[in-house]
Amino acid sequence: MTIKIPDATREFLNDAGELSRFAGRFFYEGLRPRYEVREFVRQCYVVGYKSLPLVGLTAFIMGLVLTMQLQPTMVYYGVESQIPAMVGISIVREIGPILTALIFAGKIGSSIGAELGSMKVTEQIDAMEVSGTNPFKYLVVTRAFATMLMLPVLVVIADAISLYGSFLGVNIYEKTSLLLFFRKVFENLEYIDVVPAVIKTFFFGFAVGIIGCYKGYYSSKGTEGVGHSANSAVVVSSVVIFILDLIAVQITDILT
Amino acid sequence: MPSEAVIQIKGLYKSFGANEVLKNFNLDLLRGESLVVLGKSGSGKSVLIKCIIGLIKPDRGDITVLGQDLLSLDHEELDQIRQKVGFLFQSNALYDSMTVRDNLEFPLRRHTINLSQPEVDDMVMDALNNVGLGHTVDMMPAELSGGMRKRIALARTLILRPEIILYDEPTTGLDPITSLEIINLMNVIQEKYQTSSIIITHDMKCVKIASDRVAMLIDGTCYALGTYDELNASTDGKVRAFFD
Ligand SMILES: Nc1ncnc2c1ncn2[C@@H]1O[C@H](COP(=O)(O)OP(=O)(O)OP(=O)(O)O)[C@@H](O)[C@H]1O
Ligand SMILES: [Mg+2]
Repeated sequence: MTIKIPDATREFLNDAGELSRFAGRFFYEGLRPRYEVREFVRQCYVVGYKSLPLVGLTAFIMGLVLTMQLQPTMVYYGVESQIPAMVGISIVREIGPILTALIFAGKIGSSIGAELGSMKVTEQIDAMEVSGTNPFKYLVVTRAFATMLMLPVLVVIADAISLYGSFLGVNIYEKTSLLLFFRKVFENLEYIDVVPAVIKTFFFGFAVGIIGCYKGYYSSKGTEGVGHSANSAVVVSSVVIFILDLIAVQITDILT
Repeated sequence: MPSEAVIQIKGLYKSFGANEVLKNFNLDLLRGESLVVLGKSGSGKSVLIKCIIGLIKPDRGDITVLGQDLLSLDHEELDQIRQKVGFLFQSNALYDSMTVRDNLEFPLRRHTINLSQPEVDDMVMDALNNVGLGHTVDMMPAELSGGMRKRIALARTLILRPEIILYDEPTTGLDPITSLEIINLMNVIQEKYQTSSIIITHDMKCVKIASDRVAMLIDGTCYALGTYDELNASTDGKVRAFFD
């Protein structure tokens, strides 16, 4: 008796296999010369700079709102002095990385998907190939490296801004100094809170870049295909980010 | 005296899944001639010329370009050949994120490493002036009209002074006057640089003006081959369909 795999499952497994192969090719081609350094630097700038305002704004609001919502409960139990510690840990361990990564996926993942998709459809990728350029190295390797490197940087900035938002939130109810607030935050933060949180963001960044590129690179003909690439780049990378987060939390648990 | 063939295609087969696009296709391009390939939309014309430049790998068959067996070349040898074969893409393929200047510099910088900036600038301006668009050098492709984009793409194709040019539907989507300009430009280039070219088109006016010989791609094979007048005199229904 043969087992019949439903079409949707088969398609999903196919896609996952193709994506893994694509990621494998990234490492194969990325480690071999020629290195497209100029394009890589340009991508770092584009990827980092473009998402900074949005990331900064959401991080700020998140820190502020989180603090304001915690305030009444903490006051009720008489532990309002613990707000900086609590907010600090939740931002650094979880909220900062995941929120930034999701915004990054929405902003950068979709733009990479759309850009490569339209390059594919209008034969720009073919044109690169006949101009003595390996389009995989020039387009995919540079972008995936750039996202992998820039997301952790963005997360650190977002954490800082978010904590500042929280500081302002605390100040609505009682006056504290910035120094005192941050001392309370860092007193309660340990390496085990910070290091895994930073490491996982490299994986989040890589996922956003490689999935955006994959969706764009294999975009189907027509402008509709481009929209679809952009859309599914965001959906798939967001889901993958949550899955990676789940894995990261398990690994951190085992190690501590 | 018959002139030598710069491109020889023998027994070419290519399918995509169950879709057999090319089935035993044979064709020679002679030095200095303009050969038009005619065929319905979807008949595999783009697939054919993408095989010639190594963008699509055929399933079977031989392609010889400038005396070299294309399918046995390694990456560097293929790049060498690609410098001598220009390709004008159906959708122009101008890089949206780059200025006209950067678009033209791209193939130069990529293929030839030791050029000084003044040399590069000269070549770019030279190529642009050739197509009469010197003033657009700092514009983005999105700011140009369809006909201008086609001419910029042509300038980019010419910048490496190719011996062979492959044109994929150079006049499709342009108005009759602009297409005539492009066709005339192609003729001028042909005479000025002594290039050999394969031109893919549906445009019968283009065929009449620009072709030395015409090949008809029907059902995956080279169904008919001859001069415009020879084919125009044919009584075969499939051939006549293009003329009437
Ligand atoms: N990469 C590909 N994958 C699958 N099928 C393809 C691919 N490229 C082309 N085809 C198929 O090959 C056939 C020929 O396509 P091709 O683009 O060569 O047509 P064409 O003659 O250039 O048509 P047009 O005049 O519209 O440009 C079509 O049926 C197309 O669907
Ligand atoms: Mg075509």
